[in-house]
Amino acid sequence: MSALGRYFIFLNSLFVRREKFSIYWQRFIDEAVRLGFGSIFLVSIISFFIGAVSCIQTAYNLVSPLIPLSTVALIVRDMQILELAPTITCIVLAGKVGSNIASELGTMRITEQIDALEVMGINSSSYLVLPKVLAAMFTFPLLVIMAAFLGILGGYFAGTLTGVISAKDYMDGIRDSFIPYNVLFMCIKPFVFGFLIASISSFKGFYTRGGALEVGTSSTQAVTSSCIAILLADFVLAQLLL
Amino acid sequence: MIEINNITKSFGKKEVLKGISADFEKGRINIIIGGSGTGKSVLLKCLIGLVKPDSGEVLYDGRNFYQSSTEEQQEIRREMGVLFQGGALFDSQTVAQNVQFPLDMLTNQSESEKKERVAFCLQRVGLTGSGDRMPSEISGGMKKRVGIARAIVMNPKYLFCDEPNSGLDPLTAAKIDELIKEITEEFNTTTVIITHDMNSVLEIGQNVNFLYQGYKNWTGQVPDMFNSGSAELREFLYATKLIREMK
Repeated sequence: MSALGRYFIFLNSLFVRREKFSIYWQRFIDEAVRLGFGSIFLVSIISFFIGAVSCIQTAYNLVSPLIPLSTVALIVRDMQILELAPTITCIVLAGKVGSNIASELGTMRITEQIDALEVMGINSSSYLVLPKVLAAMFTFPLLVIMAAFLGILGGYFAGTLTGVISAKDYMDGIRDSFIPYNVLFMCIKPFVFGFLIASISSFKGFYTRGGALEVGTSSTQAVTSSCIAILLADFVLAQLLL
Repeated sequence: MIEINNITKSFGKKEVLKGISADFEKGRINIIIGGSGTGKSVLLKCLIGLVKPDSGEVLYDGRNFYQSSTEEQQEIRREMGVLFQGGALFDSQTVAQNVQFPLDMLTNQSESEKKERVAFCLQRVGLTGSGDRMPSEISGGMKKRVGIARAIVMNPKYLFCDEPNSGLDPLTAAKIDELIKEITEEFNTTTVIITHDMNSVLEIGQNVNFLYQGYKNWTGQVPDMFNSGSAELREFLYATKLIREMK
Protein backbone atom coordinates (compact mmCIF):
# COMPACT_ATOMS: atom_id res chain seq x y z
CA MET A 1 0.00 0.00 0.00
CA SER A 2 2.83 2.39 0.76
CA ALA A 3 4.17 1.84 -2.77
CA LEU A 4 0.74 2.75 -4.16
CA GLY A 5 0.72 5.90 -2.04
CA ARG A 6 4.20 6.85 -3.24
CA TYR A 7 3.06 6.21 -6.82
CA PHE A 8 0.20 8.72 -6.46
CA ILE A 9 2.50 11.27 -4.82
CA PHE A 10 4.88 10.72 -7.74
CA LEU A 11 2.04 11.32 -10.22
CA ASN A 12 1.14 14.54 -8.40
CA SER A 13 4.76 15.72 -8.64
CA LEU A 14 4.52 15.63 -12.45
CA PHE A 15 2.13 18.55 -12.46
CA VAL A 16 3.80 20.98 -10.04
CA ARG A 17 6.68 23.41 -10.73
CA ARG A 18 6.49 22.85 -14.48
CA GLU A 19 9.00 24.34 -16.89
CA LYS A 20 8.43 26.38 -20.08
CA PHE A 21 5.91 24.91 -22.56
CA SER A 22 8.46 24.97 -25.41
CA ILE A 23 10.73 22.64 -23.41
CA TYR A 24 7.92 20.14 -22.84
CA TRP A 25 6.91 20.30 -26.50
CA GLN A 26 10.44 19.46 -27.67
CA ARG A 27 10.73 16.67 -25.11
CA PHE A 28 7.30 15.33 -26.11
CA ILE A 29 8.30 15.15 -29.79
CA ASP A 30 11.59 13.41 -28.90
CA GLU A 31 9.83 10.87 -26.69
CA ALA A 32 7.04 10.26 -29.21
CA VAL A 33 9.63 9.44 -31.85
CA ARG A 34 11.68 7.28 -29.49
CA LEU A 35 8.93 5.41 -27.64
CA GLY A 36 6.21 5.32 -30.29
CA PHE A 37 7.72 5.39 -33.73
CA GLY A 38 10.72 3.40 -32.53
CA SER A 39 8.32 0.53 -31.83
CA ILE A 40 6.71 0.40 -35.28
CA PHE A 41 8.87 -2.45 -36.59
CA LEU A 42 8.32 -4.73 -33.58
CA VAL A 43 4.58 -4.04 -33.42
CA SER A 44 4.23 -4.62 -37.19
CA ILE A 45 5.95 -8.00 -37.14
CA ILE A 46 4.07 -9.24 -34.08
CA SER A 47 0.62 -8.06 -35.13
CA PHE A 48 0.96 -9.37 -38.70
CA PHE A 49 1.88 -12.87 -37.53
CA ILE A 50 -0.69 -12.91 -34.71
CA GLY A 51 -3.35 -12.06 -37.33
CA ALA A 52 -2.03 -14.77 -39.64
CA VAL A 53 -1.96 -17.42 -36.93
CA SER A 54 -5.38 -16.49 -35.54
CA CYS A 55 -6.87 -16.88 -39.04
CA ILE A 56 -5.34 -20.33 -39.58
CA GLN A 57 -6.27 -21.57 -36.09
CA THR A 58 -9.83 -20.22 -36.28
CA ALA A 59 -10.32 -21.91 -39.64
CA TYR A 60 -8.91 -25.14 -38.21
CA ASN A 61 -11.53 -25.10 -35.42
CA LEU A 62 -14.50 -24.08 -37.58
CA VAL A 63 -15.15 -27.39 -39.29
CA SER A 64 -18.97 -27.34 -39.33
CA PRO A 65 -20.46 -27.04 -42.83
CA LEU A 66 -23.29 -25.03 -41.26
CA ILE A 67 -20.98 -22.12 -40.43
CA PRO A 68 -20.00 -19.98 -43.43
CA LEU A 69 -16.28 -19.60 -44.05
CA SER A 70 -16.58 -15.81 -43.86
CA THR A 71 -17.08 -16.26 -40.11
CA VAL A 72 -13.34 -16.92 -39.87
CA ALA A 73 -12.62 -13.37 -41.02
CA LEU A 74 -15.31 -11.96 -38.72
CA ILE A 75 -13.70 -13.69 -35.75
CA VAL A 76 -10.21 -12.57 -36.76
CA ARG A 77 -11.45 -8.98 -37.09
CA ASP A 78 -13.21 -8.91 -33.73
CA MET A 79 -10.35 -10.65 -31.95
CA GLN A 80 -7.94 -8.11 -33.39
CA ILE A 81 -10.07 -5.08 -32.62
CA LEU A 82 -11.34 -6.07 -29.20
CA GLU A 83 -8.34 -7.80 -27.65
CA LEU A 84 -5.31 -8.81 -29.64
CA ALA A 85 -4.36 -5.44 -31.12
CA PRO A 86 -4.83 -3.28 -28.02
CA THR A 87 -3.93 -5.68 -25.22
CA ILE A 88 -1.23 -7.89 -26.74
CA THR A 89 0.41 -4.94 -28.46
CA CYS A 90 0.49 -3.02 -25.18
CA ILE A 91 1.90 -6.03 -23.30
CA VAL A 92 4.65 -6.18 -25.92
CA LEU A 93 5.15 -2.43 -25.49
CA ALA A 94 5.29 -2.87 -21.71
CA GLY A 95 8.30 -5.12 -22.33
CA LYS A 96 10.02 -2.87 -24.83
CA VAL A 97 9.09 0.65 -23.74
CA GLY A 98 8.61 -0.09 -20.02
CA SER A 99 12.03 -1.63 -19.56
CA ASN A 100 13.57 1.14 -21.66
CA ILE A 101 12.03 3.88 -19.50
CA ALA A 102 12.87 2.19 -16.18
CA SER A 103 16.48 1.47 -17.11
CA GLU A 104 17.00 4.96 -18.54
CA LEU A 105 15.68 6.70 -15.44
CA GLY A 106 17.35 4.19 -13.13
CA THR A 107 20.72 4.84 -14.76
CA MET A 108 20.14 8.59 -14.58
CA ARG A 109 19.39 8.21 -10.88
CA ILE A 110 22.48 6.19 -9.97
CA THR A 111 24.79 8.39 -12.06
CA GLU A 112 23.43 11.51 -10.26
CA GLN A 113 21.94 13.00 -13.44
CA ILE A 114 18.57 13.38 -11.69
CA ASP A 115 20.31 15.02 -8.71
CA ALA A 116 21.96 17.41 -11.16
CA LEU A 117 18.54 18.45 -12.46
CA GLU A 118 17.22 18.92 -8.93
CA VAL A 119 20.07 21.17 -7.82
CA MET A 120 19.50 23.33 -10.89
CA GLY A 121 16.02 23.99 -9.48
CA ILE A 122 14.29 21.88 -12.14
CA ASN A 123 11.41 19.56 -11.24
CA SER A 124 13.15 16.42 -12.45
CA SER A 125 10.08 14.17 -12.37
CA SER A 126 8.00 16.59 -14.38
CA TYR A 127 10.79 17.34 -16.85
CA LEU A 128 11.75 13.72 -17.42
CA VAL A 129 8.52 11.79 -16.92
CA LEU A 130 5.58 13.94 -18.05
CA PRO A 131 6.69 14.00 -21.73
CA LYS A 132 7.13 10.20 -21.66
CA VAL A 133 3.64 9.66 -20.26
CA LEU A 134 2.03 12.03 -22.76
CA ALA A 135 4.02 10.54 -25.65
CA ALA A 136 2.93 7.02 -24.72
CA MET A 137 -0.72 8.08 -24.41
CA PHE A 138 -0.54 9.73 -27.83
CA THR A 139 1.47 7.17 -29.82
CA PHE A 140 0.17 3.87 -28.39
CA PRO A 141 -3.35 4.31 -29.87
CA LEU A 142 -1.72 5.01 -33.26
CA LEU A 143 0.40 1.86 -32.92
CA VAL A 144 -2.68 -0.17 -31.97
CA ILE A 145 -4.66 1.10 -34.98
CA MET A 146 -1.74 0.04 -37.15
CA ALA A 147 -1.52 -3.31 -35.32
CA ALA A 148 -5.23 -4.03 -35.89
CA PHE A 149 -4.93 -3.23 -39.59
CA LEU A 150 -1.82 -5.37 -39.99
CA GLY A 151 -3.36 -8.21 -37.97
CA ILE A 152 -6.40 -8.33 -40.23
CA LEU A 153 -4.10 -8.03 -43.25
CA GLY A 154 -1.96 -10.88 -41.89
CA GLY A 155 -5.09 -13.01 -41.57
CA TYR A 156 -6.01 -12.19 -45.15
CA PHE A 157 -2.64 -13.24 -46.54
CA ALA A 158 -2.41 -16.36 -44.38
CA GLY A 159 -5.96 -17.42 -45.22
CA THR A 160 -5.81 -16.82 -48.94
CA LEU A 161 -2.25 -18.07 -49.54
CA THR A 162 -2.85 -21.33 -47.65
CA GLY A 163 -6.28 -21.76 -49.26
CA VAL A 164 -8.30 -22.02 -46.04
CA ILE A 165 -10.50 -19.10 -47.09
CA SER A 166 -11.06 -17.26 -50.36
CA ALA A 167 -10.36 -13.56 -50.72
CA LYS A 168 -14.06 -12.90 -51.29
CA ASP A 169 -15.14 -14.80 -48.15
CA TYR A 170 -12.52 -12.97 -46.10
CA MET A 171 -13.63 -9.55 -47.33
CA ASP A 172 -17.28 -10.47 -46.74
CA GLY A 173 -16.42 -11.64 -43.24
CA ILE A 174 -14.60 -8.51 -42.14
CA ARG A 175 -17.52 -6.36 -43.36
CA ASP A 176 -20.14 -8.51 -41.67
CA SER A 177 -21.79 -7.28 -38.41
CA PHE A 178 -19.24 -4.51 -37.99
CA ILE A 179 -19.76 -2.38 -34.85
CA PRO A 180 -17.97 1.00 -35.22
CA TYR A 181 -18.02 1.52 -31.42
CA ASN A 182 -15.53 -1.35 -31.09
CA VAL A 183 -12.94 0.76 -32.89
CA LEU A 184 -13.42 3.55 -30.35
CA PHE A 185 -13.10 0.98 -27.56
CA MET A 186 -9.91 -0.29 -29.21
CA CYS A 187 -8.45 3.26 -29.12
CA ILE A 188 -9.43 3.96 -25.50
CA LYS A 189 -7.54 0.89 -24.24
CA PRO A 190 -4.02 1.87 -25.42
CA PHE A 191 -4.64 5.43 -24.23
CA VAL A 192 -5.12 4.06 -20.71
CA PHE A 193 -2.45 1.37 -21.07
CA GLY A 194 0.06 3.95 -22.35
CA PHE A 195 -0.47 6.02 -19.23
CA LEU A 196 -0.05 2.96 -16.99
CA ILE A 197 3.06 1.63 -18.75
CA ALA A 198 4.87 4.98 -18.88
CA SER A 199 3.95 6.11 -15.38
CA ILE A 200 4.60 2.79 -13.61
CA SER A 201 7.90 2.24 -15.42
CA SER A 202 8.97 5.81 -14.71
CA PHE A 203 8.06 5.38 -11.04
CA LYS A 204 10.13 2.20 -10.80
CA GLY A 205 13.11 3.75 -12.59
CA PHE A 206 12.94 7.12 -10.86
CA TYR A 207 13.27 5.65 -7.37
CA THR A 208 16.05 3.19 -8.17
CA ARG A 209 18.70 3.05 -5.46
CA GLY A 210 22.05 1.27 -5.66
CA GLY A 211 23.89 0.24 -8.80
CA ALA A 212 23.64 -1.74 -12.01
CA LEU A 213 21.98 -4.70 -10.30
CA GLU A 214 19.18 -2.50 -8.95
CA VAL A 215 18.67 -0.89 -12.38
CA GLY A 216 18.05 -4.39 -13.77
CA THR A 217 15.67 -5.16 -10.90
CA SER A 218 13.75 -1.92 -11.48
CA SER A 219 13.49 -2.73 -15.16
CA THR A 220 12.09 -6.20 -14.44
CA GLN A 221 9.66 -4.83 -11.84
CA ALA A 222 8.52 -2.16 -14.29
CA VAL A 223 7.61 -4.77 -16.91
CA THR A 224 5.92 -7.09 -14.39
CA SER A 225 3.91 -4.33 -12.73
CA SER A 226 2.93 -2.80 -16.08
CA CYS A 227 1.68 -6.15 -17.42
CA ILE A 228 -0.41 -6.77 -14.28
CA ALA A 229 -1.80 -3.23 -14.45
CA ILE A 230 -2.69 -3.72 -18.14
CA LEU A 231 -4.58 -6.95 -17.45
CA LEU A 232 -6.50 -5.39 -14.54
CA ALA A 233 -7.31 -2.27 -16.53
CA ASP A 234 -8.34 -4.44 -19.50
CA PHE A 235 -10.88 -6.22 -17.32
CA VAL A 236 -12.20 -2.95 -15.80
CA LEU A 237 -12.49 -1.25 -19.20
CA ALA A 238 -14.31 -4.23 -20.70
CA GLN A 239 -16.77 -4.20 -17.80
CA LEU A 240 -17.32 -0.46 -17.97
CA LEU A 241 -17.38 0.18 -21.69
CA LEU A 242 -18.87 -2.91 -23.34
CA MET B 1 28.75 33.05 2.78
CA ILE B 2 27.09 29.81 3.82
CA GLU B 3 26.39 28.99 7.46
CA ILE B 4 25.16 25.67 8.77
CA ASN B 5 23.90 25.35 12.33
CA ASN B 6 23.50 22.14 14.27
CA ILE B 7 22.71 19.88 11.29
CA THR B 8 21.59 16.38 12.23
CA LYS B 9 20.58 13.57 9.92
CA SER B 10 19.73 9.92 10.57
CA PHE B 11 18.85 7.09 8.22
CA GLY B 12 16.75 4.67 10.21
CA LYS B 13 18.59 4.11 13.46
CA LYS B 14 21.93 5.19 12.04
CA GLU B 15 22.83 8.73 13.01
CA VAL B 16 25.05 10.07 10.22
CA LEU B 17 25.37 13.75 11.11
CA LYS B 18 25.41 14.66 14.79
CA GLY B 19 24.91 18.40 15.11
CA ILE B 20 27.36 19.94 12.67
CA SER B 21 27.86 23.69 12.53
CA ALA B 22 30.26 25.50 10.21
CA ASP B 23 30.78 28.67 8.19
CA PHE B 24 31.92 28.59 4.57
CA GLU B 25 33.46 31.90 3.61
CA LYS B 26 32.94 33.77 0.37
CA GLY B 27 35.84 33.88 -2.11
CA ARG B 28 37.64 31.07 -0.33
CA ILE B 29 38.00 27.34 -0.82
CA ASN B 30 36.33 25.60 2.09
CA ILE B 31 37.23 21.95 2.32
CA ILE B 32 35.41 19.21 4.17
CA ILE B 33 37.62 16.23 4.84
CA GLY B 34 37.16 12.96 6.66
CA GLY B 35 37.38 9.24 6.19
CA SER B 36 34.86 7.13 4.31
CA GLY B 37 31.47 6.91 6.02
CA THR B 38 31.95 9.99 8.18
CA GLY B 39 29.02 11.83 6.60
CA LYS B 40 30.80 14.15 4.13
CA SER B 41 28.55 13.34 1.16
CA VAL B 42 25.39 13.45 3.29
CA LEU B 43 26.46 16.87 4.59
CA LEU B 44 26.98 18.08 1.01
CA LYS B 45 23.53 16.76 0.04
CA CYS B 46 22.04 18.60 3.02
CA LEU B 47 23.80 21.77 1.87
CA ILE B 48 22.49 21.62 -1.70
CA GLY B 49 18.98 20.53 -0.79
CA LEU B 50 19.05 16.93 -2.00
CA VAL B 51 18.66 15.48 1.50
CA LYS B 52 16.64 17.36 4.08
CA PRO B 53 18.33 17.39 7.50
CA ASP B 54 16.31 16.19 10.50
CA SER B 55 17.14 19.40 12.33
CA GLY B 56 19.36 22.45 12.00
CA GLU B 57 19.54 25.20 9.43
CA VAL B 58 21.44 26.06 6.26
CA LEU B 59 21.78 29.79 5.59
CA TYR B 60 22.79 31.17 2.19
CA ASP B 61 23.80 34.79 2.83
CA GLY B 62 21.28 34.84 5.65
CA ARG B 63 18.49 33.06 3.72
CA ASN B 64 17.35 29.95 5.53
CA PHE B 65 17.13 27.33 2.77
CA TYR B 66 14.83 24.84 4.47
CA GLN B 67 12.45 27.46 5.80
CA SER B 68 12.11 29.16 2.41
CA SER B 69 9.18 28.67 0.04
CA THR B 70 9.62 26.37 -2.96
CA GLU B 71 10.11 29.41 -5.22
CA GLU B 72 12.75 30.89 -2.91
CA GLN B 73 14.53 27.54 -2.74
CA GLN B 74 14.56 27.44 -6.53
CA GLU B 75 16.08 30.93 -6.59
CA ILE B 76 18.84 29.83 -4.20
CA ARG B 77 19.42 26.66 -6.22
CA ARG B 78 19.89 28.74 -9.33
CA GLU B 79 22.77 30.48 -7.58
CA MET B 80 24.50 27.13 -7.02
CA GLY B 81 26.89 25.25 -9.26
CA VAL B 82 27.54 21.64 -8.39
CA LEU B 83 30.29 19.37 -9.69
CA PHE B 84 29.22 15.80 -9.01
CA GLN B 85 31.64 12.98 -8.36
CA GLY B 86 31.06 11.28 -11.72
CA GLY B 87 30.35 14.51 -13.59
CA ALA B 88 26.60 13.64 -13.88
CA LEU B 89 26.61 14.67 -17.53
CA PHE B 90 23.45 13.93 -19.50
CA ASP B 91 24.31 10.93 -21.70
CA SER B 92 21.96 11.89 -24.51
CA GLN B 93 23.45 15.36 -24.99
CA THR B 94 26.72 16.58 -26.43
CA VAL B 95 29.28 18.39 -24.29
CA ALA B 96 28.03 21.79 -25.53
CA GLN B 97 24.39 20.85 -24.96
CA ASN B 98 25.25 19.74 -21.43
CA VAL B 99 26.86 23.08 -20.68
CA GLN B 100 24.03 24.99 -22.35
CA PHE B 101 21.34 23.03 -20.53
CA PRO B 102 20.94 25.36 -17.48
CA LEU B 103 20.75 28.36 -19.83
CA ASP B 104 18.02 26.66 -21.90
CA MET B 105 16.02 25.76 -18.84
CA LEU B 106 16.47 28.75 -16.60
CA THR B 107 17.07 31.83 -18.75
CA ASN B 108 15.46 33.67 -21.64
CA GLN B 109 18.74 34.42 -23.39
CA SER B 110 18.88 34.36 -27.19
CA GLU B 111 20.50 31.40 -28.91
CA SER B 112 23.56 33.49 -29.87
CA GLU B 113 24.02 34.70 -26.28
CA LYS B 114 23.83 31.13 -25.03
CA LYS B 115 26.32 29.88 -27.62
CA GLU B 116 28.70 32.68 -26.68
CA ARG B 117 28.44 31.83 -22.97
CA VAL B 118 28.95 28.11 -23.64
CA ALA B 119 32.00 28.83 -25.78
CA PHE B 120 33.42 31.01 -23.00
CA CYS B 121 32.89 28.34 -20.33
CA LEU B 122 34.36 25.58 -22.49
CA GLN B 123 37.36 27.78 -23.26
CA ARG B 124 37.67 28.53 -19.53
CA VAL B 125 38.02 24.83 -18.71
CA GLY B 126 40.29 24.17 -21.69
CA LEU B 127 37.79 22.28 -23.84
CA THR B 128 37.50 24.55 -26.86
CA GLY B 129 36.60 22.42 -29.87
CA SER B 130 35.13 19.55 -27.84
CA GLY B 131 31.57 20.83 -27.81
CA ASP B 132 30.26 18.33 -30.36
CA ARG B 133 31.57 15.24 -28.58
CA MET B 134 29.32 12.97 -26.54
CA PRO B 135 30.09 12.29 -22.84
CA SER B 136 30.82 8.65 -23.70
CA GLU B 137 33.61 9.79 -26.04
CA ILE B 138 35.62 11.80 -23.52
CA SER B 139 37.95 10.87 -20.66
CA GLY B 140 37.19 11.06 -16.92
CA GLY B 141 39.20 14.26 -16.52
CA MET B 142 37.39 15.88 -19.44
CA LYS B 143 34.05 14.88 -17.93
CA LYS B 144 35.02 16.65 -14.71
CA ARG B 145 35.97 19.73 -16.69
CA VAL B 146 32.65 19.66 -18.58
CA GLY B 147 30.96 19.30 -15.17
CA ILE B 148 32.81 22.41 -13.99
CA ALA B 149 31.86 24.29 -17.17
CA ARG B 150 28.20 23.39 -16.58
CA ALA B 151 28.49 24.36 -12.92
CA ILE B 152 29.83 27.85 -13.73
CA VAL B 153 27.71 28.62 -16.78
CA MET B 154 25.08 30.42 -14.68
CA ASN B 155 27.71 32.50 -12.81
CA PRO B 156 27.05 30.76 -9.48
CA LYS B 157 27.60 32.44 -6.13
CA TYR B 158 28.15 29.04 -4.50
CA LEU B 159 30.23 26.25 -6.01
CA PHE B 160 30.09 22.72 -4.58
CA CYS B 161 32.45 19.95 -5.64
CA ASP B 162 32.00 16.35 -4.56
CA GLU B 163 35.31 14.46 -4.72
CA PRO B 164 36.56 16.43 -7.75
CA ASN B 165 39.70 14.29 -8.06
CA SER B 166 38.37 10.81 -7.55
CA GLY B 167 39.53 8.40 -10.22
CA LEU B 168 41.92 10.87 -11.84
CA ASP B 169 45.67 10.60 -12.36
CA PRO B 170 47.78 13.02 -10.25
CA LEU B 171 48.51 15.37 -13.15
CA THR B 172 44.86 15.69 -14.21
CA ALA B 173 43.81 15.98 -10.56
CA ALA B 174 46.22 18.88 -10.08
CA LYS B 175 44.82 20.62 -13.16
CA ILE B 176 41.25 20.24 -11.86
CA ASP B 177 42.35 21.63 -8.48
CA GLU B 178 44.01 24.59 -10.15
CA LEU B 179 40.89 25.23 -12.25
CA ILE B 180 38.64 25.26 -9.18
CA LYS B 181 41.02 27.64 -7.42
CA GLU B 182 41.13 30.02 -10.40
CA ILE B 183 37.34 30.00 -10.72
CA THR B 184 36.89 30.71 -7.02
CA GLU B 185 39.24 33.69 -7.21
CA GLU B 186 37.92 34.95 -10.55
CA PHE B 187 34.19 34.78 -9.70
CA ASN B 188 34.54 35.28 -5.94
CA THR B 189 32.41 32.19 -5.28
CA THR B 190 31.86 30.46 -1.98
CA THR B 191 33.46 27.14 -2.83
CA VAL B 192 32.88 23.99 -0.80
CA ILE B 193 34.84 20.87 -1.67
CA ILE B 194 34.25 17.42 -0.25
CA THR B 195 37.38 15.32 -0.52
CA HIS B 196 39.67 12.87 1.17
CA ASP B 197 42.51 13.66 -1.21
CA MET B 198 45.23 15.32 0.91
CA ASN B 199 47.01 16.60 -2.19
CA SER B 200 43.97 18.75 -2.96
CA VAL B 201 43.76 19.95 0.60
CA LEU B 202 47.39 21.01 0.63
CA GLU B 203 47.36 22.49 -2.88
CA ILE B 204 44.22 24.62 -2.85
CA GLY B 205 42.56 24.29 0.57
CA GLN B 206 42.09 27.39 2.69
CA ASN B 207 39.51 26.63 5.37
CA VAL B 208 39.22 23.03 6.53
CA ASN B 209 36.48 21.19 8.41
CA PHE B 210 37.37 17.68 9.54
CA LEU B 211 34.48 15.26 10.12
CA TYR B 212 34.86 12.23 12.34
CA GLN B 213 32.07 9.76 13.08
CA GLY B 214 29.36 12.27 12.21
CA TYR B 215 30.81 15.10 14.31
CA LYS B 216 32.86 18.11 13.28
CA ASN B 217 36.10 17.18 14.95
CA TRP B 218 38.27 20.13 13.94
CA THR B 219 38.08 23.37 11.95
CA GLY B 220 40.78 25.82 10.95
CA GLN B 221 43.25 26.91 8.29
CA VAL B 222 45.31 24.42 6.28
CA PRO B 223 48.70 25.31 7.84
CA ASP B 224 47.27 24.79 11.33
CA MET B 225 46.11 21.24 10.59
CA PHE B 226 49.46 19.68 11.39
CA ASN B 227 49.65 21.34 14.79
CA SER B 228 46.09 20.55 15.79
CA GLY B 229 45.27 18.98 19.13
CA SER B 230 42.99 16.43 17.50
CA ALA B 231 44.41 12.93 17.61
CA GLU B 232 41.83 11.78 15.02
CA LEU B 233 42.88 14.49 12.57
CA ARG B 234 46.55 13.68 13.04
CA GLU B 235 45.84 10.02 12.45
CA PHE B 236 43.94 10.93 9.27
CA LEU B 237 46.69 13.27 8.03
CA TYR B 238 49.58 10.96 8.71
CA ALA B 239 47.93 7.94 7.12
CA THR B 240 49.73 8.94 3.92
CA LYS B 241 53.35 7.86 3.77
CA LEU B 242 54.39 10.99 1.92
CA ILE B 243 52.99 13.27 4.63
CA ARG B 244 54.58 11.08 7.33
CA GLU B 245 57.91 11.58 5.64
CA MET B 246 57.27 15.34 5.31
CA LYS B 247 56.70 15.40 9.03
